[in-house]
This record gives sequence, structure tokens and C-alpha cells, in this order.
Amino acid sequence: MDEYEIVIGLEVHAELATKTKIFCNCPTEFGAEPNTHICPVCTAMPGTLPVLNEKVVEYAVKAGLATNCWIEQNSKNDRKNYFYPDLPKSYQISQFDKPLCNDGYIEIDDDEGNKKKIRILRIHIEEDAGKLNHSEHGGDTLVDLNRAGVPLIEIVSEPDMRSKGEVDRYLRSLKSILECIEVSDCKMQEGSLRADVNISVHKKNAPFGNRCEMKNMNSFKTIQAALEYEINRQIDICKNGGTVEQETLRWDDAKAQTVVMRNKENAQDYRYFPDPDLVAIKLSDEYIENIKNNLPELPEKKKARYMTEFELSEKDAKNLTSSKHLSKIFEDAVEICKNAKAAANLIIFDIARILNDKELEEEEIPFTGKELASIIKLIEDGTISSSIGKKVLEELFTLSKENMKDPKEIIEEKGWVQVSDENVIKEVVSKILAANPGSVADYKSGKTKAMAFLVGQAMKETKGKANPQMLNKIFAEEIDKI
Amino acid sequence: MDLTDLTVHELIEKLDKKEISSEEIVKAYADNINAHESDVKAFVTSQADEAIEESKKIDEERKAGNIKSKFMGIPIGIKDNICIKGVKTTCSSKMLENFVSPYDATVIEKFKELGLISLGKLNMDEFAMGASTEYSAMHKTHNPWDLSTVPGGSSGGSAAAVAAHEVPWALGSDTGGSIRQPASFCGVVGLKPTYGLVSRYGLVAFASSLDQIGPITKDVTDSAILLNLIAGHDEKDSTSVDVQKKDYTKALTGSVKGLKIGVPKEFFGDGINEEVKQKVTNAINQYREMGAEIEEFSLDIANYSLATYYIIACAEASSNLGRFDGIRYGYRAKDYKDLNELFVNSRTEGFGAEVKRRIILGTYVLSSGYYDAYYKKAQQVRKLVKKEFDEAFSKYDVILTPTSPNVAYTIGTKSNNPLEMYLADICTVSVNIAGLPGISIPVDVSKEGMPIGLQIIGNKFEEEKLLGAAYALEQKIKFRENHKPEFKGGK
Repeated sequence: MDEYEIVIGLEVHAELATKTKIFCNCPTEFGAEPNTHICPVCTAMPGTLPVLNEKVVEYAVKAGLATNCWIEQNSKNDRKNYFYPDLPKSYQISQFDKPLCNDGYIEIDDDEGNKKKIRILRIHIEEDAGKLNHSEHGGDTLVDLNRAGVPLIEIVSEPDMRSKGEVDRYLRSLKSILECIEVSDCKMQEGSLRADVNISVHKKNAPFGNRCEMKNMNSFKTIQAALEYEINRQIDICKNGGTVEQETLRWDDAKAQTVVMRNKENAQDYRYFPDPDLVAIKLSDEYIENIKNNLPELPEKKKARYMTEFELSEKDAKNLTSSKHLSKIFEDAVEICKNAKAAANLIIFDIARILNDKELEEEEIPFTGKELASIIKLIEDGTISSSIGKKVLEELFTLSKENMKDPKEIIEEKGWVQVSDENVIKEVVSKILAANPGSVADYKSGKTKAMAFLVGQAMKETKGKANPQMLNKIFAEEIDKI
Repeated sequence: MDLTDLTVHELIEKLDKKEISSEEIVKAYADNINAHESDVKAFVTSQADEAIEESKKIDEERKAGNIKSKFMGIPIGIKDNICIKGVKTTCSSKMLENFVSPYDATVIEKFKELGLISLGKLNMDEFAMGASTEYSAMHKTHNPWDLSTVPGGSSGGSAAAVAAHEVPWALGSDTGGSIRQPASFCGVVGLKPTYGLVSRYGLVAFASSLDQIGPITKDVTDSAILLNLIAGHDEKDSTSVDVQKKDYTKALTGSVKGLKIGVPKEFFGDGINEEVKQKVTNAINQYREMGAEIEEFSLDIANYSLATYYIIACAEASSNLGRFDGIRYGYRAKDYKDLNELFVNSRTEGFGAEVKRRIILGTYVLSSGYYDAYYKKAQQVRKLVKKEFDEAFSKYDVILTPTSPNVAYTIGTKSNNPLEMYLADICTVSVNIAGLPGISIPVDVSKEGMPIGLQIIGNKFEEEKLLGAAYALEQKIKFRENHKPEFKGGK
């Protein structure tokens, strides 16, 4: 496999978080009853005309500036013509040759941990199509136009990625930037962030191979699975002396394989031309400067600040700033509890583990920095042990945002308050010492590890509630007496 | 007195003096519709009955002192590509035969606020593609001057209805001459405003960068009044321009003294009927007599206008008409095996031959590999056309040409020859390409008694100059007083 090089470029579609659609005043809100967020304009009634939502331009320019693009000051909208039942006008209003944002980049780590720039060719604005709902009973297909006209930006990278890992890091970095500047909520499960993945393989030092495009991928996991499959498929073809056909593919989750949608011969001619219903998008220097000056702190900058302000390692700072949601929880918690190290550790190790186990995204964390700070304080003042702290975190994940509880309330309900009563602890210690004479002997003969075992036994006995510092201290005292 | 012989400005005066009621006006027009419609066939959908009911209500309101405007209770005819909520908008196409608009066009909203009453929807060439109204999928409309001839097009229903006094005035739309040419054929006044002066919201698009709604009226004063009512920026139409509101009737002074008039020689060459040339030249001479300064000049880019027009108009149409796909509204084929057949069969059966011809042309010129040679080049020529007009208007206040190379011709003589039909637009398309205002006023009749129109072209947003010049000639010639349609060949 090492004799092959993999080339990957992404076209990422992000739904913009504007309140209304790109060319009419319908709401963009997700999850409404079918065809309730529609009007004569977004259903393409004869005679209706689009009017560009200025917020869409502003958000796209924001995204461009946050990814180091230059902004086209004399841009326009173009029509991309094709027939499909979810496309009411039979053309999508997009941008062809004068995209709003051009020639940017995002910096990521390559597989060896070295810094690498992934170039962004362009970012343009366009409208989303509607949705087809295929009826489960009978052959009916119904069209829901709620999503038709929801604003999107398409972020087109250069084919600069060379591995699955780079794709993952690029996407996560892009997502964190878009979330940070608040132009998109990037909810992949709702389809508000999705990617077309272009991939080709070639023998090292040979010319690039034909590329295949995998359409509409909407989770990090699927992208990784699909890349794994597709890389192997293409390399296998090359190894067997074949040539990869240029094709558009779809990932079939059930079959865990890519399926051909159309080949090169059936490539569509979209007959792009400038939309005569819309006027040129002219942006002044002041307009762009103003957006630039009002950009929030971007993840890269935030990372640097965390390293100096909170004395975190680069790795920890990067982890925390990779997600707007994580860094918000972190900063809110530190604001209250003033313990950055503790907050960072709980987020990077414990929360991350729980997210991973439960297969959740950061935005699905139900609690805020307030609850996290409360846990840290409870640990600090000895009310709970750090292991109980972790259990409280787990408990918080079972609650919804709306029904969130104060960690104090949880530990009281569950009876998890740490035992710091010297008499109670002495009793437990005596019991454990009596039951484990062998370990006592080991400790006495210099095997200090035996102490950890004894403390562990005591923790078990108290269901983790015993104050660990006191346990250590009292064990030491009591063994000395033996 | 026959109320339908009066112009709208005369009706308004009588309404204001309480000499007549809205009901009397509407009933008089409804009577005329009854009398002439079987011969003229100007309407696709008549709203005469509803209009009478509405006029009664409006008369009550007027009595009660609830006066929306001085136009309250004046009826009007609407070309059938302008949407009225709850009323069919067919574009004279099988595709939209049963389409009821769920919303009002901006111009209709304005009319409703003013209290105007719609008498119905008027026939046209299918989707406004044509110059004779013979391409209507509903029926052919007949020219009230001679029922065996065409009324022109595409706003043939609007022009014929005004000429036949079936409506006091009407709205048309003009993409390449569709208001001015039928006005010329039917001996009425037709004004295509500057692109962007009137909102296109609710006008079913043919070619978005060329389409404009405008008045078709009995005289120039009515055109100025109707333009007052429909002009103005609309936030629903990005291409509508925010210009200062004007009262166009103020320009109607009757004087053209010192007016600088340019006459482009390219519009008087081969292909223009001799009699048309002669009568239009006579009209130009009248201007000279009234004290205007006439100068001949060359506008040679005009030779390329027709080709440019058909590339741009068809390209835009091919995209604009894509929405008629049988999915959400309009005609859907009964038989189809799959999605592709649903699209193909619906469009094949729902569109007429001329519409399909233009969609195919437009699709071709936008295709990859041909875009640069056709569409892009046409846009470049378009810039040159604008530039030549800019230069001309640095010298002249208005430009005069014939409106059409011919008078109205016999139904059926050109409808099978698309190229000859396209040549009918030769005098009018440049105005659309350059986005300028143009008006056609009747100046005389041919030997056979068919009206001949003069086109007056103005600079952008200088409708006053053009209306002022038109009014002065109208007062001198008194066409309406001297010539009337006779419904030749009718019952």
C-alpha cells in the first residue's frame, strides 16, 4: 500500500444559520411539518423573483475571512440548470466564476504531527434543494420544500489531503471554525454539514489517477469508513493493472460499500449563466474590513491564548479549542471555579471518553460550564472524590438540557457525599487491615504497591465515597501501629 | 354617449363629477365584450360578471366617502402572464391551462389598493413568444380593424381589447416588442418602460433581463397615467430601480420646440414596407413643422440586435421555463414510466411548437462548448448596443423609427415560418437589449385602412421626453378622431 499515494479533496456544504432563507422570508428552522416553511418564491410559482438575503453574503464573507481567503468585491449569482423534483425552479442559484471567497487555507497536522496547510480554492453561496420522501407503503414519492432555499456555503478545498486522518482533521478544524464564527450550527446529523469527497490514488512519482466523487457524506464515521473502502478499492484496481473509472459514487451504509451513481459519459451539463433576476454583489472595502474586525477569536488564536493564560500543553489547548462547545464549557467552568487544570482534564479525558462511548457530538453535551465547575468545586472541598466526580459526569449525560440538575443535588440524591469522618474511616481501615494480613506484610517488607491495593479495597468497601487523602493517611498510621 | 368611446382620463373626470358611476362604466364595457368577443377573441378569462359586482360595491363606497383613489372603479384588462390571486394565469399555454395563481403580482397589488377592477385576462402568444398571438394555445385573436388579420403580439389580446373598446386600457408585457408591435397593428398606444422602472414580480418570466410590463391605452395621456400607477421600486424585484417618483402627465405640454430628434437610417432600409416608411417619414416631417430639430444618423449596431436578442431571450427562456416540469403545478402527462418520462412527456405535451423551438435554441446556446460562441458573444454585443445608444442620446432627446416593418397581415400567412416571424421584431428588439423606454403611437393607416405605428425611443428613465413627444404628435394628427376600427369581415 505504501507504494501508492492517496489524493483527496473535499467540497463541504454548510447550511448557514440565518433565520430566513436565501431568497425569500421563509424560516430556515429544521424539523417542521413538511411544506409548512414555503411561499410562492421558494416553491417557484410562475412570476416570482428571488431577493438575496444580505445576511447570507455576510456569513459567507465571515467564513472566507476566517479561512484566510480574499473576498471578491464584484461577485454575482449564477444559475445551475438541471431537472429534479426537489429543485423547484429547475435551476439552483449558485455561484460559478466569481465566488465570494477565494484562495484560502486551513492549517492542520499531518499524520506525522507536522503542520500542513490545506488550501481552500473557493467558498461560494448557493441555495439548498428540497427533500424527497419515499413512502414506505406504495410507490409514492412526496416532495418537501421546507429546505428549498435554505442558504448554503460550499467550501471547496484543493486536493491537498493525503490520508484519512488528514481528512478527519481538516473537517474537524473546518467545523470548529464555522461554529466559532457562528455562521453554521454544523449539525451533521441534521445535514447542516455534509461533504462530497473526491479521491484518487496513483503510484508514487506517477501522474494522478482518475478521481471518484463520493456524494453527500454526513458523518465523520461514514467518511472514514467510505474512505477506507474506496482507497482499498482503487488501489486494488491499480494493483491488478486496471484503471479507475471517473465516477460519481454514493456510500451505501447497509452494504458498507460505495455504489456508482453516474459515470463520466453521463456527466451533466449545467448550462451555468448569470442569473438575470439578481444584481451584482458589490462589496466595499469598509464592508469587508468591518466584518474582519468583528470576527471572534478563532480556534488557532484561542489555542495560543489557552497555552499562555491557563498554562496548558499545546495538545490540551488544541483539544479544548477544537470545538466551540468544548471551549465554551471550559471557559465558563474556569470563570466560576478558577481551576483550569481540573476543568481541562475533566473535558479532555472524561467528557471525551463519554462522548466516544455514547457516540455523541460535542454539541449534544447536555450540561454547561456551570455544572462542570460545580463538580470541580465539590472535589476541591472534599465533598466528593474525583472518582465520584466522574460518576456525576456520567449521570449528567443521562439528563436532557431542559432537565439539567445541579451536581450537588445528584450526589445528595444518590448518597455519594464523600466520607471524611475519621472514626468511620478508621473503622473501614481496621476492617481491611484485618482481612489482608498478607498485604500488610508486603508493605512492611518495602513493597509500597501494597498500599494502593489496600486503599483500593477500602474504596470498594465504601463504594468510592471514602476521602482518599484521609484513607492514605490513616492506613499509614495504622500500619505503623502494627 | 357611449362611455366606451371615452379615454380613461375622461372617465375619471366624469366619475369625479359624479356624472357617471363605476357600474355604468363596467357594464358598458361588459356590453362591448358581449358584442365583439365572438369576433375578436381577445380574452382567455373574462371577469366581466365579477367586475360588475365589484363596481356596485365600489359605487357604494364612493357614496360613503371611502375613496381609495380617483381611479377607484375604473376597469382594466390584464395580459394573461400577470398573476392575479385566485384567478387563472394561463400564459395562453396548455401547460398552465388550469393554473390558479396563489398570489398577486406587484402591479395587481397596486391596482387593488387604488380600487381598479380587472375585466379579465387577455390572450397572448404562448409564454409571450411570438408576434401575432397565433401561438396562443387557447385560440387566435383577431384584429378589430380587419378580423382576417392578426392583432400582432405577443400582447395581441391586450391591444385588440383596447382597440375594440372591450377594455378602457390594459397591461401588456414587452420582451422584444410585445407591447409596441401589437399596439401598432391595432392602432392604439403601447409603452414599454425603461427596464427596472416597473416591478416584474408576478409577471411570468420569458426573458428576465428584457421583460417589462407596460400600458396599452387609447391615447398617450392614458399611458402616462397608467405608468404613474405601475412605476416604482419594489423590494420583491431586485432589478427594479429606485428612482424618484414622477408625474408623467406633467410632460404632456404639446410642445416639441427645440426637441432634438435622431432618425437612424438603418430602420428605413430593405425589409421595411414602403407605405410604412412613407407614413412614418410624414410623421417625422410633422415634428419638423412643430419646431423639432431632426437629424439622420447611423445606428449600425442595430443590424446585430435581432441575432443578439434571440440568443439572450432564448437562453433565459430555456432556464425560466424549466420550472414547468409537471411536478408542483401545471400540466402533467398522463402516461410515464419513470421520472425522466414524467418530465419529458409533460413538457413535450404541455408546450407548443414555438416555445419548444426557443427552449431548444436557448439550451443549445448555453451548452458547454457553445456558451462562448453564442451567449457570451451576445452579451458583448449587448454592451455595444447600449454604448451606441448612449452616444446617440448624448446628441438627441428621442429617436424615431417605424414600430413594425409591416402592417397587420392575414392570419396564417407567417405562423409556419419562424424566421419571417422573428423579423417582425427587427425595429423593436434593440430597445429591450439596451433597456430603454419605447412607445408606439398610431400615425396613419395604410391603403387597406390598417394602422401604422411610429416608435419613439427615449433614454433610460426619460419617459417624460418620449411621452411629451408622443403627445405633441397625437394632438396634431388626431388619429383617434379620424380613424376607427370597423370590425371588417365581422358579423
